[in-house]
Amino acid sequence: MTSETTNEPIIICQDVHKWFDDFHALCGISMVVQPQEVIVIFGPSGSGKSTFIRTLNRLEEHQRGQIIVDGIELSHDVRNIERVRMETGMVFQQFNLFPHLSVLQNITLAPIWVRKWSRDKAEEVAMQLLERVGIPEQALKFPGQLSGGQQQRVAIARALAMQPKIMLFDEPTSALDPEMIKEVLDVMVELAQSGMTMLVVTHEMGFARAVADRMYFFDEGLIVESGTPDDIFHNPQEDRTKLFLSQILQH
Amino acid sequence: MTSQQATQEVLRPPQPPGLIKWIRDNLFNSWFNSLLTVIFLPIVFFAVVNIIIWAFTVADWRAVTQFPMLYAVGQYPRDEVWRVGIGLSAIVFLLGASWGNWGGLLQSISIAFGIAFAVFAILPVQHDQLDLNMRLYLGGNVILLLLGYLIGRMKAVKGGHIVIGWGIVPFLAVFLLTGRRGSELLPDVATTLWGGLLVTFLLSAGGILLSFPIGVALALGRRSTLPVVKAFSTIFIETIRGVPLITILFMFSIILALFLPAESRIDRLVRALMAVTFFSAAYSAENVRGGLQAVPLGQIEAAKAVGMNGLQTMVFIVLPQAIRAVLPAIVGQFIALFKDTTLVVIVGINDLLGIGRSIINSDPEFVQLQLEVYLFIAIVYWIFSYLMSLASRRLEAALGVSTKL
Ligand SMILES: Nc1ncnc2c1ncn2[C@@H]1O[C@H](COP(=O)(O)OP(=O)(O)OP(=O)(O)O)[C@@H](O)[C@H]1O
Ligand SMILES: [Mg+2]
Repeated sequence: MTSETTNEPIIICQDVHKWFDDFHALCGISMVVQPQEVIVIFGPSGSGKSTFIRTLNRLEEHQRGQIIVDGIELSHDVRNIERVRMETGMVFQQFNLFPHLSVLQNITLAPIWVRKWSRDKAEEVAMQLLERVGIPEQALKFPGQLSGGQQQRVAIARALAMQPKIMLFDEPTSALDPEMIKEVLDVMVELAQSGMTMLVVTHEMGFARAVADRMYFFDEGLIVESGTPDDIFHNPQEDRTKLFLSQILQH
Repeated sequence: MTSQQATQEVLRPPQPPGLIKWIRDNLFNSWFNSLLTVIFLPIVFFAVVNIIIWAFTVADWRAVTQFPMLYAVGQYPRDEVWRVGIGLSAIVFLLGASWGNWGGLLQSISIAFGIAFAVFAILPVQHDQLDLNMRLYLGGNVILLLLGYLIGRMKAVKGGHIVIGWGIVPFLAVFLLTGRRGSELLPDVATTLWGGLLVTFLLSAGGILLSFPIGVALALGRRSTLPVVKAFSTIFIETIRGVPLITILFMFSIILALFLPAESRIDRLVRALMAVTFFSAAYSAENVRGGLQAVPLGQIEAAKAVGMNGLQTMVFIVLPQAIRAVLPAIVGQFIALFKDTTLVVIVGINDLLGIGRSIINSDPEFVQLQLEVYLFIAIVYWIFSYLMSLASRRLEAALGVSTKL
């Protein structure tokens, strides 16, 4: 079932719809992602970017269409959902670290209880990851004692500790002060270069230019336009894309 | 290992300010407070002085000092009291070991207990109820406490061992106290003979230990999506909260006895424990429910996103944060339960207060000494309530209830 060969897509979305009560938040999203691809999703507020990325690990349930992640179709089957969640890591805008646990415990909790690793192994991997995101000295602190940028890097390490095949980022730098954005983006760039499959909701166009393979412009629950960063930045086809880009690139 | 270091960093208590600074900050920090201090300090001073003079000259403490064993264990047969002693010593030893292993708050509790034992061991009462053996036993507990401390500090002794010890002790204690019919070494002792502090502690500790998990289950049940579970929890909680504890005690002690066949009669003390437990569980449930509502949705999403299932999310993420958020209310509930156990007198159980009353009524001479008896009992309750409240505040500080989250 699972795809180890590089030619098979790791994510297939076909005509995905999502309603919140009567509100049609996703109106037929189709997307195919190959392993090791880096996808950037952008678009105006309320366009459904978060909703879409959250359907991929079933934090939101889609009501029509098909989502297949790493060969596993997302449905009401709880076991499939748990398997998909083990293969996907997620990083949130608000970090969502566990405030009652130390940094080390935040990272090792899921590997120990979900992957069933020994504590020693989990802690060893956690320390390697903290090294990778550049804050090994913070291992014993609590999230409340860290800066925003440090917290988000811990959140990335926490997601990576489960050794996911796919990383989902929902505006990972939007809640950060400007001087901390770079330290998080640096970690994400390194991750992208290491070959991780990534879907990133962000308006950091520098990041998109540097590492994105493809970009998707969302508006009103639809993909308005998609293409390589070159296409999107230098040759956008749709008026809405042009307008939106002109707005965010002014800053 | 590593996580312990981390907590220690957070655990360090603030430095107490100097005495002079304290007086200035607390008694004379504004002209109005200074005025209040000047007016009330003499009043308080004279009241305290008079109470002390009364306590040492006028008051007659015979009704208290003559019956230490009655206050401690009620009518528990004096030949079998060693069983209570072993149970208590096991707790003292574990307390010492916990102090050695974790320190912090447990140190204060251990020292409080150690001082209490030492004071009782050398208490200046002549009556033969507190004989040399008894004094040796009390003094021995101080040594046991320190021994536990040294053992708890040993490298080989892990927190897990001590937790297991605490898990075994309740069963050991119940087994020791009840004994077995026909046994040579441990003949059974009917619970009608149990009394005093022993019963007060059993009901309070049992009530707290049992009501808390039941309360958590009820709180979760009330939020359940299963209609039956939700309805049951809601009805249970609201019914119990709508009725005074006395009513519930009567219900359990009389109605339960009527409905169940005589052979399967539940022991009177157990029925009282059930009543106290369910009563406290309903209130704990509401406290915990408040805490559950305080946990942000993002926490649950983050737990799901790393692959944790519903149970793991509840146990590792939601409940710890929920309980931490409402810890003061929960401890307040425990203190209330501790004091509420005095109501069991109504269904004929001689807890500490019940023993006091029966001593007063046993001799016309003692009727004059009511004040001393009730004062003594009030002080005992106050000491333990205050210890609990102190423990709660230290625990809150350690967990950062007010600062983190
Ligand atoms: N739980 C919910 N209940 C009802 N409506 C919702 C819910 N979550 C999202 N929506 C609505 O769905 C639409 C898409 O929301 P979504 O969060 O996906 O937008 P977004 O593109 O991520 O926007 P932003 O850039 O502000 O994060 C919005 O109109 C939002 O109000
Ligand atoms: Mg969003």
